[in-house]
Amino acid sequence: MLPGIALGFLWNDTKDPLAILIGATLVGGLSMLTVSAITRTTRLKEDAAMGLVLSSFYAVGICLIGMIQRLPSGNKSGIDKFLFGQAAAMNGSDIALMAITAGLTLLFVTVGYRGLLTLSFHRAFGESLGLPMGFLHHAMMLLISFAVVTAMQAVGVVLVSAMLIIPPATACLLTDRMHRVLILSAIIGVGTAAFGAFLSFLGSNLPTGPFMVLAGSFVFAMAFLFSPQQGWLTRLWRQKTQKCRIERENTLKAMYHLAERHGFREEGITLLELANARREPLEQIRLQSDDLLRQKLATLTDDGSMLHFTPEGWRKACAVVRNHRLWELYLTNIMQYGADHVHDDAEKIEHVLGEDTVRQLERRLDFPQTDPHGKPIPGAREVHGSSKHRPAGTTGY
Amino acid sequence: MSDLLPPFDAHRFFVAPWTTDIATYGWMTLMAFLVTAACGLVGNYLILRRMALVGDAISHSVLPGLAVAFLISGKLTLPAMLGGALGAGLLTTFLIEFLHTRSRIKADAAIGITFCSLFALGVVLINVFASKVHLDAECVLYGELSNLALAEYSLGMPAPVLVMGGVAVIVAVLIALFYKELLITSFDALLAGSQGFAPGKMHLALMAALSIVIVAAFESVGAILVIAMLILPGATAQLLSTRLPVCLALSVLHAALSAIGGLHLSLVLGCPMAAAVVVAGTLLFGCAWAVSLMQRRAGFEASMPTESAV
Repeated sequence: MLPGIALGFLWNDTKDPLAILIGATLVGGLSMLTVSAITRTTRLKEDAAMGLVLSSFYAVGICLIGMIQRLPSGNKSGIDKFLFGQAAAMNGSDIALMAITAGLTLLFVTVGYRGLLTLSFHRAFGESLGLPMGFLHHAMMLLISFAVVTAMQAVGVVLVSAMLIIPPATACLLTDRMHRVLILSAIIGVGTAAFGAFLSFLGSNLPTGPFMVLAGSFVFAMAFLFSPQQGWLTRLWRQKTQKCRIERENTLKAMYHLAERHGFREEGITLLELANARREPLEQIRLQSDDLLRQKLATLTDDGSMLHFTPEGWRKACAVVRNHRLWELYLTNIMQYGADHVHDDAEKIEHVLGEDTVRQLERRLDFPQTDPHGKPIPGAREVHGSSKHRPAGTTGY
Repeated sequence: MSDLLPPFDAHRFFVAPWTTDIATYGWMTLMAFLVTAACGLVGNYLILRRMALVGDAISHSVLPGLAVAFLISGKLTLPAMLGGALGAGLLTTFLIEFLHTRSRIKADAAIGITFCSLFALGVVLINVFASKVHLDAECVLYGELSNLALAEYSLGMPAPVLVMGGVAVIVAVLIALFYKELLITSFDALLAGSQGFAPGKMHLALMAALSIVIVAAFESVGAILVIAMLILPGATAQLLSTRLPVCLALSVLHAALSAIGGLHLSLVLGCPMAAAVVVAGTLLFGCAWAVSLMQRRAGFEASMPTESAV
């Protein structure tokens, strides 16, 4: 882009924004053609070609600027402003040009929304539909050049790419739909730019462009960490709670199995039994029982050796066992699996089956009473807490 | 337009730099050669690993590293600069990796976000805390080879040349020592891992070497031209040969030719020498491109009859 600016500058010896815009856009287009020519005709990959063209053109630009600076007329008036940008030094015509660019971009994106969407996600599909993919691609590149050149005055040639990348990247982390990404990225861009500019006005001699970029980076970092769907910490947190829940459900299930083995008689389950059943050390079981106590899913006898279900805990245990046995039945009866192959699969799926799926399963299996191994499946009534059919005594109350 | 070029003077442009003015131009050319050679050696591996843009990113994010090193040590000594650049380079690598493996952000966007943010941070740090030192952002972007004339001399040569020469020699020795490891990790990281090499460590080591080369090259050529120095020699060499040792040798040759070409070009055009070196390198790349195109065509035509015979 830089040689374009210099050429535009040479053309009529002033910092006429229009001449600079035309020069820069032409050179931008040329550089894109060069990149694609290099990648098509040589073994060099796209990244090498891009870096090469970028820096070579930049060097040509610096050479030209160096030459311009020796001109009697070329007092390099403002040309080095393009390197870092000076939002405060813009005048009315600069702003008018920016407004025109913004308007054009908005129009293009609105009119060509579907085409651009196809281009970005699946170009070959768009071509097969007969959409003008090549035209759209080049029009988009042209608009990017326009946008870059106009934005350069505000933030400079280096940080322009931040303006291009950071707002959409942030929006991408926050939502899934393309139109929302577009709107959100515009809002984020405007918001962070305004905030950054405001920050830079607080002190004296603070550069505007870098502050705008830093405000954007901050918002991006927040989205990266805490975005409800995509955030890194959110996902870690979700994974952790999920793991805890599965652990808890497994303990409840083991307790259910033990109670079942006792014939649902009126006694609790000792921790030692539980440790044997789960094949884990007693300390581990103690931690798990503490967790159950905290969640009010079980009560512990005073000497700390026996667990009893609370009504809520009983319901949960029934639900897990029911999920497990229903799924086993589904696999054997409908999917024709062997009865000895279904347990491991059910071990995994029991934690993620939702309410509706379970009902559906029940309906398809015609409300079964026993699982493939002949064990009774806890009914819906027990899971949903009708006290009448709860085996007496197992709850500890 | 005609006053863009200084009046042509063959003696001043082509003879004097090697006779009367050898004291200044000799060092400048040597420096340009050393920078381009060291960058080109590392750059060969960057291109092979498709990490050319990571070089771009590191060259920009070295700036906050320098700023922080300056803030901590109070002055811009060599160890502080190297340490700052090393830290910044490794941080950049880590951040890029982190962003694009931990979210749906793609690698190219992660690179852009990282280096823009770090560069902005560097500019702000310099503006806020260190506006009085010579570490100004423009010098970081442009760089100027002729600063050599102002540099102090030690051991009979300007200090930056000494540093750059040391870095270039170290890079060359390291590449010679770890040639096999670099080769295998660059071409097939999985195979390298299964053979007991450590691709992760080699990657980090390469990034560390890259940061050090960049910071040493920085003052003379600037952050953006460094990218050209990193990519141009390797790209040119890889157009001409498919053997890595030949490529490495060719990129050193490319460095020498573009340094000398750049010297004369800068005198003829009257423009900064660092940029002229890159322009000369680009011209060489253009020649190599043309040669490779002709080779391809020749190879294509040569293969036609055999194909039709079969």
